Amino acid sequence: MSSHAPCDRCEELLQDYLDRTLTDVEWREAETHLSGCDYCARRYKFEVSLRRYVRTTAAERMPPGLMDKLSELRGLDATA
Amino acid sequence: MSEPGPNTEARRIAGEERDRARFEEEALALADQVYRVARRLVGSREEAEDLVQETYARAFRSWRSFTPGTNLRAWLLRILTNLNVDRGRKIQRSPQTQVLEETDYYLANKVASAAGEEALEADEVVERLSQDSIVKALADIPAPYRDAVVLVDIGDFTYADAAQILDVPIGTVMSRLHRGRRALKQHLAEEALG
Repeated sequence: MSSHAPCDRCEELLQDYLDRTLTDVEWREAETHLSGCDYCARRYKFEVSLRRYVRTTAAERMPPGLMDKLSELRGLDATA
Repeated sequence: MSEPGPNTEARRIAGEERDRARFEEEALALADQVYRVARRLVGSREEAEDLVQETYARAFRSWRSFTPGTNLRAWLLRILTNLNVDRGRKIQRSPQTQVLEETDYYLANKVASAAGEEALEADEVVERLSQDSIVKALADIPAPYRDAVVLVDIGDFTYADAAQILDVPIGTVMSRLHRGRRALKQHLAEEALG
């Protein structure tokens, strides 16, 4: 368990760090902390795996037959 | 070399036919990606199928309002999310769970205390989360947060596109996304680790 301030701060920066939306100053702040803190570095790595996994796991292919139904809608263009 | 004459109108119509056909081809090529997002925005496969069909019906009717060269996938999703809201999705969901303000390390901390710090380094720990638990956790996030998470993290839309699709400012997308991801991790912790 970590309850000291630099790790809390690093936790706050996690999402924006991975989204690449940190300012340069914040980015350096995160990098500096991560290079010396296994606790946070492991949690960042975990988040990367989690995001990748959620992205692939939650994806579901189109059911068979739907494409045909959509194609049949072609030409619906109503010249109102 | 277009000389005015009786053929001009016919040529114009033929040109428009081509534009329409091209639009339809391009839209249909995105159907799988549109469905993938739709499927996670609504509760069931049937609903997602209906919603995608309604979306394409509307898109084909109003193809002239699409500006060529802009993001067609975002345009389709804009139609889809509007239709979804019109359908009164508020009632289709089980009571919305409250978003607790858990922090970003919440799930990782749970994993670490259950399986040890080193477990965080191993991809297998993440992979042990079942598809069901991820799908259920996503479904349990309150709709506005889920929309942001699904569009950005599953649909790969930028913040700006998501903001346009949802018709909210970018800042709102970001805060919903952040809270949604935290809620997702909280639900996953409960689903998968008890």
